[in-house]
Amino acid sequence: MAPAGSSPLHASIGPPSDPAGVPITREQLLEWYRMMSTIRRVEELAAKAYQQKKILGFCHLYIGQEAVAVGATAALKSEDHIVTAYRDHGQAMARGVSPTAVLAELMGRRDGVTHGIGGSMHMGSKEHNFFGGYGIVGGHVPLAVGAAFASKYRDDGTVALVFFGDGAAQQGAFYEALELAALYRLPCVFLCENNYYAMGTSLERQSYLTDMSRRGDGVGMLRWQFEGFDVVDCYRNIKLAADYARSGEGPVILEAVTYRYRGHSMSDPAKYRKEGELASFKTKDCIASCKDHLIELHGMVEDDFKEISKEIKATTKEAYAAAEASPEPDLAKLYDYTYAPTES
Amino acid sequence: MATLQYREALRRAMTEEMRRDDSVFLMGEEVAYYEGAYKVSQGMLQEFGERRVVDTPIAENGFCGLGIGAAMVGLKPIIELMTWNFSLVAYDQIINNAAKIYQMTAGSYSVPIVFRGPTGAPGNLGSQHSQALESIYAHFPGLKVISVATPRDAYGLLKSAIRDPNPVVFMEAEGLYSLKGEVEDEEFLIPIGEAETKRAGTDLTIITWNQQVHNCLEAAEALAAEGINAEVLDLRTIRPLDERAIFESVCKTHRAVVVQEGFPYAGVGAEVSARIQEACFDALDAPILRVCNRDIPQPYATNLEQHVIPTVQRIVEACRAVCAR
Repeated sequence: MAPAGSSPLHASIGPPSDPAGVPITREQLLEWYRMMSTIRRVEELAAKAYQQKKILGFCHLYIGQEAVAVGATAALKSEDHIVTAYRDHGQAMARGVSPTAVLAELMGRRDGVTHGIGGSMHMGSKEHNFFGGYGIVGGHVPLAVGAAFASKYRDDGTVALVFFGDGAAQQGAFYEALELAALYRLPCVFLCENNYYAMGTSLERQSYLTDMSRRGDGVGMLRWQFEGFDVVDCYRNIKLAADYARSGEGPVILEAVTYRYRGHSMSDPAKYRKEGELASFKTKDCIASCKDHLIELHGMVEDDFKEISKEIKATTKEAYAAAEASPEPDLAKLYDYTYAPTES
Repeated sequence: MATLQYREALRRAMTEEMRRDDSVFLMGEEVAYYEGAYKVSQGMLQEFGERRVVDTPIAENGFCGLGIGAAMVGLKPIIELMTWNFSLVAYDQIINNAAKIYQMTAGSYSVPIVFRGPTGAPGNLGSQHSQALESIYAHFPGLKVISVATPRDAYGLLKSAIRDPNPVVFMEAEGLYSLKGEVEDEEFLIPIGEAETKRAGTDLTIITWNQQVHNCLEAAEALAAEGINAEVLDLRTIRPLDERAIFESVCKTHRAVVVQEGFPYAGVGAEVSARIQEACFDALDAPILRVCNRDIPQPYATNLEQHVIPTVQRIVEACRAVCAR
């Protein structure tokens, strides 16, 4: 038996190759620009609807963090599995769930992703290989390890990616999930969206270490941190991590430093922010930087964006109207979802 | 007809299901190389290899969640908990994830998983290792809860649990693993949700499950010597509850005693009693009595422990009291 402490502190820090080397096309950039803009527009509509009491309960908006969800889903294949926490509208749309299905779910309507059963925090859809959102902070992280375990068990080449916040990086379930993924060398990407606040508690007030990717050190997991404001950075870093995991090398933990423009939820006015903090982060806005890339690298002009903006306004307005027109959920079907039917 | 130990019956069920379906695997602490803390998985590593018989670190919260995630993408995990007492650190996974995912996703994802291990007091293990936890799992819709008393039921119900598309909490008992009983040689399944009359009787119905079935059968023999003919109904499945079997028996005998290992407060015994009085009030000739653990944490010393858990003597006394009315 090997003496204790002899296990290699494998891989450690930094991407396996230079992220700048990951190619990006004009089509990709344009698609990401549209998706980030759509997510933001839908979230703005949700905020308005919430104020009008058309959306009830908790409503956690993703505005400001769109680059992370869009970069991550772009870095994965459609057959890969995605798990996230309660701030899940952006991930759902980035994964292909329609704005109508998201808005209808928020309004508690029949055409919602889960027909008005899951609500804001639970937008799972197997069709999209999207486990959905989970409301117990950190409790969703082991689910991704299970999907990664199944991938290795069946040798099907899929990767599981789990989003979690800086707050979730304190939970026991999260630490246990890291260990299991490392021990079994599973194709899992742990993606921390560090948005500086665990609800209303700032990063340095809730964590001794403020580089959340360092959580991987204790289990010998490859880890690195990157700025998550630019979708290009998000895509490149997450692509390298997903490729690494897919190659059978084992899991990766990443930290995307990001920022949410709104409060923790609709009921939070976010008075805990420092003065000027929000404005300073807005200078790194992901939609604006993506637009800059398209102008600088691909010769697009202001009029092109006006056109896109008009288009997105129209489609999201249609989605909103469709959601509002959707009937209430069918009460008769409610009891069908407690247990899956047993084959007889 | 073979005579099998309870542990052998469980092993036979898992082995047959793993041979039948490659998506079934066993995971838990000490299940592979150690062959199970109670030797339930003896020989299984040898037959199925490390891919399908998987040792874990001591991280129930993590590996129960791993199992749930694997089930969501189509595997059929059997997660062994060394005891159900340890499941409490994974309670969030089982309750907030396993029990709810099918509903939260409106039937998009199902969670075909079995969590299994021993429950109840095995004797002299003190308060943290002696709890019977059926009640706190049966509380939640979305879970099925099974708690078995005999090798035959262990075999037939574990096979059904593994094939069920829902999360199943499967409770065994440390004190029963060496119990021998007859199990048919041919493969069979016992449907989830069906109670079984373990002893037919006419004067009162004793409703129970898991290791208390054996105490109740002993109590019934003692009562027979006094001229009281007790029926012993083994629930076997706690959720969904076989109301029909309970009500039919009680309407026949007009008297009921519920024997439950575990705390009385908001326990399965209270639930069963409530349902009987709601449905069979006119048929009852006496109040329903419960025999449960005393309402205190488990002590270590033998005389103290025997005072706390339901004993044959206490069951006999409760039955006499019910029949005296």
